[in-house]
Amino acid sequence: MQLTGAEIVIRCLQEEGVEYVFGYPGGAVLNIYDELFKQDQVKHVLVRHEQGAAHAADGYSRSSHKIGVCLVTSGPGVTNAVTGIATAYMDSIPMVIITGQVPTHAIGQDAFQECDTVGITRPCVKHNFLVKDPAQLAVTMKKAFYLAQTGRPGPVLVDIPKDVTQAKAEYVYPKTISLRSYNPVTKGHAGQIKKAVQLLLEAQRPMVYAGGGVILNNASAQLTRLVRLLGFPCTNTLMGLGGFPGTDPQFTGLPGMHGTYESNMAMQNCDVLLAVGSRFDDRVIGNPAHFFRADRKIIHIDIDPSSISKRVKVDVPIVGYVGDVLDEMLKLIESSPQRPDAQSLKEWWGQIKDWQRKDCLKYDRKSALIKPQYVVEKLYEITGGDAIITSDVGQHQMWVAQYYKFDKPRRWINSGGLGTMGFGLPAAMGAILANPGATVACVTGEASIQMCIQELSTCKQYHLPVKIVNLNNKYMGMVRQWQQFFYGNRYAESYMDALPDFTKLAEAYGHVGMKIEKPGDVEGALREAFKLKDRLVFLDMITDQSENVFPMVPGGKGLTEMILAEEL
Amino acid sequence: MRHILSILVENEAGALSRISGLFSARGYNIESLTVAPTEDATMSRMTIVTIGSDDVVEQITKQLNKLVEVVKVIDLTDGNHIERELMLVKVRAAGKDREEMKRLADVFRGRILDVTDKSYTIELTGTGEKLDAFLQAIEPGTILETVRTGASGIGRGERILRI
Repeated sequence: MQLTGAEIVIRCLQEEGVEYVFGYPGGAVLNIYDELFKQDQVKHVLVRHEQGAAHAADGYSRSSHKIGVCLVTSGPGVTNAVTGIATAYMDSIPMVIITGQVPTHAIGQDAFQECDTVGITRPCVKHNFLVKDPAQLAVTMKKAFYLAQTGRPGPVLVDIPKDVTQAKAEYVYPKTISLRSYNPVTKGHAGQIKKAVQLLLEAQRPMVYAGGGVILNNASAQLTRLVRLLGFPCTNTLMGLGGFPGTDPQFTGLPGMHGTYESNMAMQNCDVLLAVGSRFDDRVIGNPAHFFRADRKIIHIDIDPSSISKRVKVDVPIVGYVGDVLDEMLKLIESSPQRPDAQSLKEWWGQIKDWQRKDCLKYDRKSALIKPQYVVEKLYEITGGDAIITSDVGQHQMWVAQYYKFDKPRRWINSGGLGTMGFGLPAAMGAILANPGATVACVTGEASIQMCIQELSTCKQYHLPVKIVNLNNKYMGMVRQWQQFFYGNRYAESYMDALPDFTKLAEAYGHVGMKIEKPGDVEGALREAFKLKDRLVFLDMITDQSENVFPMVPGGKGLTEMILAEEL
Repeated sequence: MRHILSILVENEAGALSRISGLFSARGYNIESLTVAPTEDATMSRMTIVTIGSDDVVEQITKQLNKLVEVVKVIDLTDGNHIERELMLVKVRAAGKDREEMKRLADVFRGRILDVTDKSYTIELTGTGEKLDAFLQAIEPGTILETVRTGASGIGRGERILRI
């Protein structure tokens, strides 16, 4: 069947079962938009800025395990989307980005709205393609979807010149695809798995450190079974929250720079560390030399061989899908009569309980000002701990990670690797579309929210009832905190002057706005907001300006060299 | 440590910049890089000479393997191998130096490819050290221009890189 390139693009999306495309039209993609217009299987969500399109597709994917798709035009359409693409790349989120390009004959001529899309995005995609031949379009789209979701997932970009969307070619969508140059190892090595299990069974002070790989590979059921079967303590990284239930007594809280005292002490002092789909990030292990000083055996399960022994040398590397590897481990443990030594484990838990007695997440509950931690605790209560929470980047992000106990995967949506302010609201749009009927809240700050605030308009158009909890301390809080601790209280440009009246702003966009200034009003306002099921509510919470995130491992310090709240 | 990486890569537009981009983005060093299509025109073979600790070279190899267009990577310096580099050097060859230049080119098994009454253009192949040695052997003032390909390498004996 002969179809135009634009028809082929849409047919491929239909073939892949794509529900939503997040995008913004422009000259180079007009043919594709025309074909979108002529059908109703693939729905289009018109954002207000291409960064929003990429984040929305990203949030859609993170909250559903489906591939997020975004469609933008050439030149500025692409460059605006780059922040969103890089965000998805750093957190290994499967996405397909379709970009328009100037016609093939104009490429390299500095044409209107031309940019070297493939060149600009090369370092922040898993792979990208420039399709110059319409006959290659279908197979390239197939490759893009295949690459995005297999191995270590990631965003894949397909750049399509305008003349290619116009020209006709024979359309056949391949059922399967294989690339001779791309064969990720997915099954863990049996010998290594055996070695790992032996280490775990002989461990006296074990610790499980699980990351985003558990979420991406839908392996939280296996992780939970393994941790409970062995009776080990478990920490989830910022990307891994919900991978092991946050309310489980074996859960020790977040690790790392703003991790709990007990998680960090256990990470450092364990004798066997099982790392599952995590990558020993600098925000997690602190100073690597300090981290490595401790004498412990490390088992590392990851789909990406380059994640292994990148920052920290490990003893038992296992490359494969974490779910499959955990299944194999469970089989071995369940069929073995051996169990970890109960006495040692009891003593280890005794030590951990001692650390927990520090109560490192305590804060002043009697304050006359609204404490941000209190807002998150109330949010947790009122949503029954079961909402999808997106966040932006900064103090508020850490407070949600510390105080909202995620029991299930794909409920916590945040930009971990790149740390992109402006992520929260568009990601919430994607999450709400991927999970119709779910409660979706975006916890943000007055600085972050302004980076993609234009998407309030998109929320109005598509009736996306996100609840925005704005922890407004009139500062870029995390920047202010660093300036307080490390720059002698010189608050250079971290003050947010001339803030808009967020209540009126929300109302101007057609939403409900509320301003909350007293601790006593927090709960009532949250309840009222969540009762308005089909409305977007913007809750502007005026919080304590001086509040800091504790514990804190200062940059360059060892994991156990934490600043605790009472020490200041 | 100096390592020679041999890479089979899909012969596609952009593959080279993906590889060179990886080196610059991650702060790895490229001493030299050569590339050309293989007997199978859909594939190119690249030789990259890099300097780094074993840990760094292990990361480089893993990162290269992660690139979708990279088919295979080996570190030639893991075993016995042969490496060769080609150099073209244009030298001043006039008067009494002319005979000496010819003699030196012969000693290094170079070939004179182009002759004018004032200059020779000499082709030399060998390891990088041999080419360096030639440049050191001749009077520095006589060198007009040099161009080198960087090393190409292949495993000795049964050691074969193909798919």
